[in-house]
Amino acid sequence: MIAFDGVVFSREGRELLRIPALELTERRIGLIGANGAGKSTFSRLLNGLLVPSEGEVTIDGLSTRSDGKKVRRKVGFVFQNPDNQIVMPTVGEDLAFGLKNLGFEKQELARKIDAALAHYGLSDLRDRLTHQLSAGEKQLVAIAGVTVMDPAYIIFDEPTTLLDLGNKKKVMATIDGLSQNVILVSHDLDLLGSFDRVICLHDGKVHADGRPDDVIAAYKALFP
Amino acid sequence: MIGSFYHERDTLLHRLPAGPKLLFVMVLGTMVFLFNDIRVAAAVCGGVVLLYAVARVPVAVAWQQMRFAVPLLVIIFAAQWFIADWRIGAIVVLRFAALILAASLVTLTTRTTAMIDAFERFLKPAARIGVNVRMVSMSLSLALRFIPVVGRVTQQVREAQRARGLENSILAVALPVIIRMLKMSDDIADAIEARSFSSEDVHAEDGQARV
Repeated sequence: MIAFDGVVFSREGRELLRIPALELTERRIGLIGANGAGKSTFSRLLNGLLVPSEGEVTIDGLSTRSDGKKVRRKVGFVFQNPDNQIVMPTVGEDLAFGLKNLGFEKQELARKIDAALAHYGLSDLRDRLTHQLSAGEKQLVAIAGVTVMDPAYIIFDEPTTLLDLGNKKKVMATIDGLSQNVILVSHDLDLLGSFDRVICLHDGKVHADGRPDDVIAAYKALFP
Repeated sequence: MIGSFYHERDTLLHRLPAGPKLLFVMVLGTMVFLFNDIRVAAAVCGGVVLLYAVARVPVAVAWQQMRFAVPLLVIIFAAQWFIADWRIGAIVVLRFAALILAASLVTLTTRTTAMIDAFERFLKPAARIGVNVRMVSMSLSLALRFIPVVGRVTQQVREAQRARGLENSILAVALPVIIRMLKMSDDIADAIEARSFSSEDVHAEDGQARV
């Protein structure tokens, strides 16, 4: 379970997010809101990329403030632009990056990479230079690079924004097929209809929280 | 070496660990300058070319490694011929060609991660004097990964500026590229941190986790 307890996040004297209490237990949660509403701050607080100025965010009881490393093992993060997420020159090497950070031995590492590449249909691209991939392939590599580390939760920060319709469908099918708990930040409201819960942020606070239809309606009402 | 990358094959040279291959280039780099004989220089260069055959690297791929160096080698040869004689020019060019080909062969037959691991092992003793070996090897990987990205960003900015009528302004290209790369470096640092890389686990005063 992910829990926010008295969380305030400020930067340069400006309060960007205030969440007095919130528990996230559902398997698929959507996060919506206008630009600057606090979505990025919220999602970065979940895996300790940011720590709150006040209060505590805990993941299965682990504090993002004091257990950063353990939290990042539990919470994977897929960024909007895969170009900024893929850090190794070839596909296989990029998948190995996270596993090496977790201390996997060579044989186990190779086995996991083979399995991940096969699962995402990327086996033929193992030695391909990552900057030569298409946008859709890059996003799949970014997702594979995170899921191969086997986190319990995965945050997707607008993963379909830079994709065409075909690749968007492919990436969403991949996300739908994940066994992990997923938190999807998106401006694309159509993607969230089947989610278990949607949270709408507005001006750094939770504006609406509940079933997708109700929350999306509340969000739309902000812009009559 | 930076421009070339791994060329998948199952050969003896591909299977050889990165350490001995890097050592070979270092030793070759020293030995090739000990003999001042055109026959030795030619034999060394020929030997390296033979290694390309052993590694089953196609001629087109080998040429790709050399083509950027050829104009420089031509200039060096002409200058040496002018200053001394053509034999000296040939020796110098053969030495440099052997070294460039050998270094490229290492990158063509060695995965980047294996090379980085070898560097990391090589630099390990430096950790005792405070060098953060993990960060150095990570920087090498990032350089290899992002050189093509910087090239692409520069191309995009240049096209955007041309569309606005700025044909030959270096400043108009350089500034947006630098700003974009700085923004990108923040995102990359977040991405690296999010995938459990850390030399140490710290947060800056603004609450930001920092690699």
